[in-house]
Amino acid sequence: MLWGFKHLDIKTASITLKNLTEREIGDIKVPPDLTVKNLPDSMKTPHIIVKNITMAYGDLVIQQNLDFTVNKGDIFIIMGGSGCGKSTLLRHLVGLQKPAKGDIIYNVLSKNSDLEQNRQKEINFWNTSAEEQRLLMKNFGILYQSGALWSSMTLAENIALPLEAYTDLSSSQIMELASLKLALVGLAGFEGYYPSEISGGMRKRAGLARAMALDPDFLFFDEPSAGLDPVSARLLDDLILELRQSFGSTIVVVTHELASMFAIGTNSVFLDPVTKTMIAHGDPKYLLESSKDERVINFLTRGEGKQIV
Amino acid sequence: MINYKTVNDNKCLVIEISEDFIIDNSDNIKLKDAINKIESLPEIAEIDFDTTALKSWDSSILTFLNHIKSHCLKHNIAFIKDSLPGGVQRLIALAEAVPERKGVRKTEVNRSYLASSVAAIGEKVVNFTKTSKDMLAFLGETTIAFARLITGRYKIRGSILMPIIRECSVDALPIVSLISCLVGLILAFVGAVQLVIFGAQIYVASLVGIAMIRVMGAVMAGVIMAGRTGAAFAAQLGTMEVNEEIDALKTLGISPVEFLVLPRVLALSIIMPLLCVYADLMGILGGMIVGVFMLDLNVMEYYNMTRDSVSLNSFWIGIFQSFVFGILVALAGCLRGMQCKRSASAVGEAATAAVVTGIVAIVVATAVITVLCNVMGI
Repeated sequence: MLWGFKHLDIKTASITLKNLTEREIGDIKVPPDLTVKNLPDSMKTPHIIVKNITMAYGDLVIQQNLDFTVNKGDIFIIMGGSGCGKSTLLRHLVGLQKPAKGDIIYNVLSKNSDLEQNRQKEINFWNTSAEEQRLLMKNFGILYQSGALWSSMTLAENIALPLEAYTDLSSSQIMELASLKLALVGLAGFEGYYPSEISGGMRKRAGLARAMALDPDFLFFDEPSAGLDPVSARLLDDLILELRQSFGSTIVVVTHELASMFAIGTNSVFLDPVTKTMIAHGDPKYLLESSKDERVINFLTRGEGKQIV
Repeated sequence: MINYKTVNDNKCLVIEISEDFIIDNSDNIKLKDAINKIESLPEIAEIDFDTTALKSWDSSILTFLNHIKSHCLKHNIAFIKDSLPGGVQRLIALAEAVPERKGVRKTEVNRSYLASSVAAIGEKVVNFTKTSKDMLAFLGETTIAFARLITGRYKIRGSILMPIIRECSVDALPIVSLISCLVGLILAFVGAVQLVIFGAQIYVASLVGIAMIRVMGAVMAGVIMAGRTGAAFAAQLGTMEVNEEIDALKTLGISPVEFLVLPRVLALSIIMPLLCVYADLMGILGGMIVGVFMLDLNVMEYYNMTRDSVSLNSFWIGIFQSFVFGILVALAGCLRGMQCKRSASAVGEAATAAVVTGIVAIVVATAVITVLCNVMGI
């Protein structure tokens, strides 16, 4: 009884603390949506805040004045025509490239054993210590376009590496976890295979298993369904939805696939290669219904215009 | 077949295209004829076509018409395409649907051979600061990683180190044996020719022994490893870069230098001294073959002479050199691999660059060490 009470106490305390910090975060000026869809406030916990960033390779500006927020639990779609800088934006979000201007802020729960410090914390990725960056990156899971599995290692070893780098688990525990993750993506029994021995679709799924290895808060997918047949692509979408449901991760997806955008996306940003900035922001389904911008509608209807809808 | 006729008081030129217009060597001539014909009639205001007798055509008719069209545009002549076959008209429209974007076309500067080589040198000089900065940064990162390893903040797992060690040791033995043995043989041959004149064949043993143990064993092992393992390292890391595998490491917060470069440098610096000892032995064996079969020396005699003439200092110098070469070759391979750009051809370039850098580094290091030893009187 005493135990139960104590447990309850801690739980309430943490809930109060959480509400407190959420309200604090609520005060931060969130950039206005260009195409506004007001979600209920309870769903809006900013998880990634992109503040006015400019992306450039040397003097060549790719995109500028990007300003958006990815909320917790969102499946956030980055869309736009070929060559508009979608993948570059993803590289910025995962910390592979430094923005030429602006800040990217992540809102993470610092997992400290001490209760007092177990609270939401904002980390400005490019303005923090290397150690903090490393801890933040531990919360990232990334599925690369080609899978990017380490070709000199078996699938199980691929998934085991992040676990070995960040946990003190014994090797048998790690292998068990690796097997579980492989089973989750439908690759049970493929532990001992090398990436070169399996098909492209399987490599993608194995990449997903590796991205999930540390149960990350942030998942980033670079064109997950590119090169997959429609049924496999659909299965991957289902898997992504399932992941969000079960792990509560925030998911950022770069994709061209209209069907998958509407099926899974809850929020999005539309990048335009000509004006070199974002021209729409919001739920893709909502954008399709209410956007006035011809470029957005054209994109979302395969260039067939509004009457098709 | 192309015929020309003028109508409307020489105002309109009708180009009659008949039979086949298929790509062949005469396309240029056809075009030149047509342009000449147009230019010979200064008063024409429009160009029309007659293709009723045209049987078959391919893309060459499009380039032909395109040239004529741009000529018309330049000289204010109307280009009437209505009587062209429907397919041709549609293809022309398709090619013009998306106009060329301004500034897209790459401008090629026509330079003379001399000017372009001067430009290439200039480019190298301009890039020199950047490349040396990159190299220094890479060395610095490796040093820091090494410091972390020594202070125990980072551990290299055996499962990563062992395959690399195997790849650059056991797998390299056959080629090291062959090359070192042949080098010993060549040294002995060259030496014997001179020494026989004085009846001092026995000194072949000293010559081969000292040369192999002090320099050649280490250098030959180093060169072989630069060509074999240095290139392999560059190709491995380059492929990983192309395949986004290095990005995958970085985004996990795992330093590629710690995870990929350090084990390779460590493996090669451990293995190279061992390979050097092996190369020394094989070289002496090669010399002995010449001594025994060509110069009629006794095996024991040869062995004793070798043992007497080679000092332990020479041996240590050779070992030290090979240790340095191991580090240099591994660093060169990894540096070029990490600098690899994102294409398949870049991997090949990285491998080539790794071998070149590795061998240059070996030769320079040999020179430096030799001079230093001389100064110190070893």
